[in-house]
Amino acid sequence: MNIQIRGIHKAFASFPALDGVNLDIESGELIALLGPSGSGKTTLLRTIAGLEFPDAGEISFGGENIASRPVRERGVGFVFQHYALFKHMTVADNIAFGLNVRKGSARPSKEAIQQRVHELLDLVQLSGLDKRYPSQLSGGQRQRVALARALAIDPKVLLLDEPFGALDAKVRKDLRRWLRELHDKTGYTTIFVTHDQEEALELADRVVVMNRGRIEQVGNNQQVYEQPATPFVFDFLGSVNILPGEVKDRQLRFDGSDDVWDSESKESGLVDIYVRPHDLQIVDAAAPGLDATVTLVQRAGALIRISAALATSGERIELELSHLDTLARSRQPGDAIRVAPITFGLFPRAPHRRPTTLPDVVPNAPAENRERARN
Amino acid sequence: MTSAAPTTRARALRPRSAIPGFGLTLGFTLLYLSLIVLIPLAGVFLKSASLGWEGIWHVVSSPRVVAALKLSFGAALIGAGINAVFGTLVAWVFVRYQFPGKRFFDAAIDLPFALPTAVAGIALTALYAPNGWIGQYLEPLGIKVAYSPLGVIVACTFISLPFVVRTVQPVLEEAEKELEEAAASLGANRWQTITRVILPTVLPALITGFTLAFARAVGEYGSIIFIAGNLPMVSEIAPLLIIIKLEEFDYAGATAVAAAMLVLSFLLLLVINGLQIWTRSRRNRK
Repeated sequence: MNIQIRGIHKAFASFPALDGVNLDIESGELIALLGPSGSGKTTLLRTIAGLEFPDAGEISFGGENIASRPVRERGVGFVFQHYALFKHMTVADNIAFGLNVRKGSARPSKEAIQQRVHELLDLVQLSGLDKRYPSQLSGGQRQRVALARALAIDPKVLLLDEPFGALDAKVRKDLRRWLRELHDKTGYTTIFVTHDQEEALELADRVVVMNRGRIEQVGNNQQVYEQPATPFVFDFLGSVNILPGEVKDRQLRFDGSDDVWDSESKESGLVDIYVRPHDLQIVDAAAPGLDATVTLVQRAGALIRISAALATSGERIELELSHLDTLARSRQPGDAIRVAPITFGLFPRAPHRRPTTLPDVVPNAPAENRERARN
Repeated sequence: MTSAAPTTRARALRPRSAIPGFGLTLGFTLLYLSLIVLIPLAGVFLKSASLGWEGIWHVVSSPRVVAALKLSFGAALIGAGINAVFGTLVAWVFVRYQFPGKRFFDAAIDLPFALPTAVAGIALTALYAPNGWIGQYLEPLGIKVAYSPLGVIVACTFISLPFVVRTVQPVLEEAEKELEEAAASLGANRWQTITRVILPTVLPALITGFTLAFARAVGEYGSIIFIAGNLPMVSEIAPLLIIIKLEEFDYAGATAVAAAMLVLSFLLLLVINGLQIWTRSRRNRK
């Protein structure tokens, strides 16, 4: 089922949670809504589900506008961060719930329901646990039951709200890979919300980066990571050094340096130069580059992380280098180095150079607290 | 190294629980319970025992006592039952919705806790008496609240409301809104969501609230005697009968009725607790 979202606005009290969102999702796609707390990603997901209603705008499933339809008529499978399993029901009863509440001829026979439950238990690899209660399951198992319950109604679209947020790192990694396989097997159009950029990049066909109720960029993981459209996306997807510079006649010069680099930017003027730590390298003293003094060296496995202060401005920069890099290997704090960018992104100089992300009022808080913070 | 060394060492350092003072606190708990609860209750049975089995049976099986016990337990059960339904509704509204004056009403729920029961009784009587604010409209309809068993039920309902609301409310607050949303997303309508998801979730708390409400109502004296009219065989409650017997210096008779109330209450609470354990075990099976 393809989904079109047109001009969605939604405000809580006076806080605009969604501010003119447009998005097209193809049938069978796996989409990540990525952004910091308060960026509107969860609100967008809940609006698609019908758990929130937009103040303005249209949502259509397969060309049919369903913006005013309540959640129970939309046929969406929703998976909550904290599972929201029915604690007084067995795993089998939880999964069968959506079929059991159907009325009259729409309701499958008892045998058909039982068979569907067993198919789904097989699918989520929990065969044999049908008679257990949710309290007897681990977090990862509970989330898979929640997923099976959502799939039982054969949803038009599968929506997951921070599905791995409440799980520990190891389980999270396994479930992530498993969800991708499940998606490829079943082919449901799937949208999930996450604040974890690694999760979004690893799992999704396309990533929708959101900030302050707006979509900053939509693209596949390579596009959003390697060609960030805005300073926010650059900063949010991985760490970044931001240095002042100037473009003149298609040539880029860092402030305080005489060396120039070719630039694709046609417009001249003051710019902020965005360079990822692993896109910086240490070069020979004679090569073009910026002089800096090493302040800290951290070795993490195959990575060497070097912090350095620029000789000209004293500004701190971060480098991530391979342990095979001969110029990086033997660096000690106090050493003078020369640093050059391999690739970079250019944005017009902003008044406060750091891109402003919304302050995390309640970082990674459980859904109900976020709810309160929002109200 | 042999394995003997660790064993002896383990024995020497007897594992102590991380929670301190078990012996002391257990001793205190037993002493306290005995002093406050068990010894006075034992006194009731001892005193009534002076009548002998036959004497007790004679007192308890007299028509007036049987009628009073029926009324006390019946009205308490009905009052607690009414509150189980409407108290749950009140708690649900308080938890799920915002409305003007919510804080005021929320605080007002506790008033029956704090009010001297006599004040409650006088207020209810003033309302429901044949010439009272509400009573004057009910009287022509043939409904007699004050000075009838119905008045006893009204008083029982009034004083036991907070117990249901205050036990169900926190459980509803804890039950995530997500449960209701999940049910709706799976296609359940409102009625299915309430009966299949919300009620089973609050059922253990509801039973607790019902128990407390019942226990409070069955022992209620102050508010009921004003509204009941206290006609023997019609609207006379068992606690009042005890007082009457005491005033007639029939101490043994009074304690016999008291003992009957104790045994009946104990049996009922036992049944309700059994129900409670059954519903809890269904969700917490390990």
